Amino acid sequence: MSAADLTALLPLLVLSGTVVLLMLAIAFFRHRTLATAIVLAGLTVALLAILPASRVAPQEVTGLLRIDGYALFYVGLLLVAALVVAVLSHGYLGGQSGPREEFGLLLLLATLGSAVLAASTHFASFFLGLEILSVSLYGLIAYLRHRDRSLEAGVKYLILAAASSAFLLFGMALVYADQGTLAFQKLVVSRPNLSGESLSPLFLAGLGLMTVSLAFKLAIVPFHLWAADVYEGAAAPVTAFVATVSKGGVFALLVRFLTGIGHEAYRPIFIAITALAVASMLAGNLLALLQQNVKRLLAYSSIAHLGYLLVAFLASGSLALTASTFYLVGYIVTTLAAFGVVTVLSTPEGDADDLEAYRGLFWQRPGLALVLALSLFSLAGMPLTAGFVGKIYLVAAGAGSALWLLVIVLAVGSAVGLYYYLRWIVVMYQQPDSVSEPSSGPALPLAGGAVLGLLLLVLVWLGVYPAPLLDLIETVVASLT
Amino acid sequence: MILLWLVLWLLIGGLLAWLLARWRGVWARWVSLLFTAAYLVAVVLIWILSPQAEAIAPGSWLLDLNVPWIPNLGISLHLALDGLGLLLLALVGVLGVMSVATSWQGVQKRVGFFHFNLLWILAALAGVFMAMDLVLFYLFWEMMLIPLYFLIGIWGYENRTYATIKFFIFTQAGGLLMLLSILGLYFVHGNNTGVYTFDYFDLLGSAMPLTTAIWLMLGFFAAFAVKLPAVPLHTWLPDAHTQAPTAGSLDLAGLVLKAGGYGLLRFLVPLFPEATAWIAPAAMIVGVVGILYGALQAYGQTDIKRLVAYTSVSHMGFVLLGVFAWNPLALQGAVVVMLAHGISTGALFMLAGDIHDRIHSRDLGRMGGLWSTMPRMGAVGLVFALASLGLPGLGNFVGEFLVLLGAFQANVPIAILATLAFVVSAVYSLALIQRVFFGPKRQGLDLPDASPREMAIWAVMVALIFLLGLYPRPVIDTARPALQAMQEYASGGAAQMQATEAGLAGLAPAAVWDGPQPGSDGGGP
Repeated sequence: MSAADLTALLPLLVLSGTVVLLMLAIAFFRHRTLATAIVLAGLTVALLAILPASRVAPQEVTGLLRIDGYALFYVGLLLVAALVVAVLSHGYLGGQSGPREEFGLLLLLATLGSAVLAASTHFASFFLGLEILSVSLYGLIAYLRHRDRSLEAGVKYLILAAASSAFLLFGMALVYADQGTLAFQKLVVSRPNLSGESLSPLFLAGLGLMTVSLAFKLAIVPFHLWAADVYEGAAAPVTAFVATVSKGGVFALLVRFLTGIGHEAYRPIFIAITALAVASMLAGNLLALLQQNVKRLLAYSSIAHLGYLLVAFLASGSLALTASTFYLVGYIVTTLAAFGVVTVLSTPEGDADDLEAYRGLFWQRPGLALVLALSLFSLAGMPLTAGFVGKIYLVAAGAGSALWLLVIVLAVGSAVGLYYYLRWIVVMYQQPDSVSEPSSGPALPLAGGAVLGLLLLVLVWLGVYPAPLLDLIETVVASLT
Repeated sequence: MILLWLVLWLLIGGLLAWLLARWRGVWARWVSLLFTAAYLVAVVLIWILSPQAEAIAPGSWLLDLNVPWIPNLGISLHLALDGLGLLLLALVGVLGVMSVATSWQGVQKRVGFFHFNLLWILAALAGVFMAMDLVLFYLFWEMMLIPLYFLIGIWGYENRTYATIKFFIFTQAGGLLMLLSILGLYFVHGNNTGVYTFDYFDLLGSAMPLTTAIWLMLGFFAAFAVKLPAVPLHTWLPDAHTQAPTAGSLDLAGLVLKAGGYGLLRFLVPLFPEATAWIAPAAMIVGVVGILYGALQAYGQTDIKRLVAYTSVSHMGFVLLGVFAWNPLALQGAVVVMLAHGISTGALFMLAGDIHDRIHSRDLGRMGGLWSTMPRMGAVGLVFALASLGLPGLGNFVGEFLVLLGAFQANVPIAILATLAFVVSAVYSLALIQRVFFGPKRQGLDLPDASPREMAIWAVMVALIFLLGLYPRPVIDTARPALQAMQEYASGGAAQMQATEAGLAGLAPAAVWDGPQPGSDGGGP
């Protein structure tokens, strides 16, 4: 392994090193603040390590990973998201009993898995990354194991994720049996005549099985059944992590894999993903209408948003890649902000996941309400927020490839989606029913407040002046094609 | 830069009002009044300093600002102002000042946030009337919804939650369809020419098959028809109006609906001349149905704000009719209707609000006999009811008459049907006055008549409606070059429309109002 390889891998190496360091630190001296400090420092150093790595990019490392601009962009995004989750979870876990130091350990491991996904170009690294991510998530989701729902969610995720891993492995095996290689690149080289009729059934079946597994990770209808329960059961920062870092890494991989093999050419795959996208947009939005629990609501909303993302993904060309990447960035920022507010409002007894807990928030905690309202508006795609520019880009990508069915379903879905975002906002500015009820909830921790403030700024900045980020994304996705 | 500052000025004013209200609520009112008034002065100055109508070549712009915003997609921050935009900006200023003034006593809770929303609505509307980039237009179009939503949702009446959600979803669904059409147009134009841009001037005259044009046009039409509103997409309007606080109703009726009419004029017809020619007969029928249906519904209401809301449906039917008749007379009529309706209906909503402040009811059954206790308000109400029924000498008459003249050139049966509006509007207007101010007195208390603040508001509104009715020439002169320019933009393909237009050269508005004026009208070559 050359020095350039090591430099390129630096962000991942730093993460792995931090995991070991943290494990040792916990073994010898169990202290919550120290553990959080190590997590934050590790994530920050890993983030800084992207700079030297970007100098040597693009760099093929051992045939398993490819550290290019695209990978580094996603690694950076995931690290920032993990950083936010780490800060939020520190305050959140403050009131919890039991060992709390391992939370950071699992968080780092899951982030590592997600980052590996973003860089992998080989089925082996793909599977390793996915398993590192999943196994850490089992622990994270069930972390507050004295809560019934948390444990239930963890077990549910464990069983379904294990089943989906089996699908993935079987799919890989079929593709390998057909193609004789596990590297994405070689698949491209050896891919059959694209006219369709000569497509091997074995290869197609393999792709299909792998799609099922990835769709499960992204919670796309009809593989979404875990999402609402896991979102509800997991601690609020963990939910934020599942919704952003976990899905972000898997989406990065999906884009790299399917763009690499030229999925536009495979008609059956195209039709299957179209059906998944339509089902996600419709089912996600319609089911979200019925929710009274905000974490479940956000679960269904994120199902719908992943459906929107698939629209851009199905569109072809660099516009589509830019659109999906920008939308994902906007989605991650927005989701972190929304779950950040939920986290900050949660008490040790339970999460602030009942819609009624938000009644009158506008008048009691105007700052938090502003963050939440703007992130909901962003999810709804209203102007001056990241969601607006993202939606314009998505629809542009879809319309540019003449995917009219998808684009129209997207428009209908967004219109339906408005209803439940608005319902939440309405509750926030309604007067509390009982006047006697004091403005409850814990005081806003300084770090959490600062993080939320930053997220708010980014949210608005992306909506008002997105050009710099778009330029960056355009250069980054160029390294993919 | 002036144009951008007009918008930013109102945005800053809103933020400032919100911040200052943390200390003293009344500061928010003064700040808002100051900012809206200064905005109005700026617009009037632009108007005065702009060259005379005769000197303006059609298609030239008073002010123009064009800087890249998201160059990756060809989106620019392009604001431009012509006579049409200027008139509507002035309306924004007038009604902006009025909404601050009319809320002075009525709004007592969360004053800062109220004025923040108020000023942001005005800012977004100012942006809508100036944006010359379709994405920027869409941005302002959507942006006005959020503060309006809060305005109705927080300060509205008992059933406000239902009303706001209905309003929001109707307008959003329309807006999303428009977004699809904007992007469709973007790609059609880009594929034809290789230039991918959202700029209005570049997109004018894009060549495309008629079927494509019709589909794209329908997307825009959906958004504008919801906003206008055209029957049967109007059902959000009575609910939203009824539940909105006075200032909200004022801005909704006076300004937000105008965005729909403006969109038809500025974007729909010039961008898709052939497709609009294809839909014009149907749209004119929708317009007439709206005029008559709105009037009949208005007569049947028992809630005063709901009644006025339905009269809006009726009046805005004239705008639809005028735009789709698409000849100089009808277009100028549509512009005047928009301005006059903004003033007269806005005034009626303020009246309803002031009555509500006194008797705490919007139920017509609980009013009656108010003239004896509130003669000044009765007189003012009578003026605006008469304006609403189209009495000559008041603003609405000028606009509606011009629209009818124009529509008569385009389609005789429809014009005849539309003329019935003068009968039904007389019925509901007089019924309104009868039920509110005359008849047996149902309120035992002696109610205070209009206060000096209210009288000042009324004086301005009455003066404006008379001015528009008796001396509409400055308004028409200002709008004419802009309307001519729009007709020229559209004249590329609309052969049908050209025919009616050419036939009208001798009947052009200047001839009607001011005697002959060489070469300033007629539109077509």
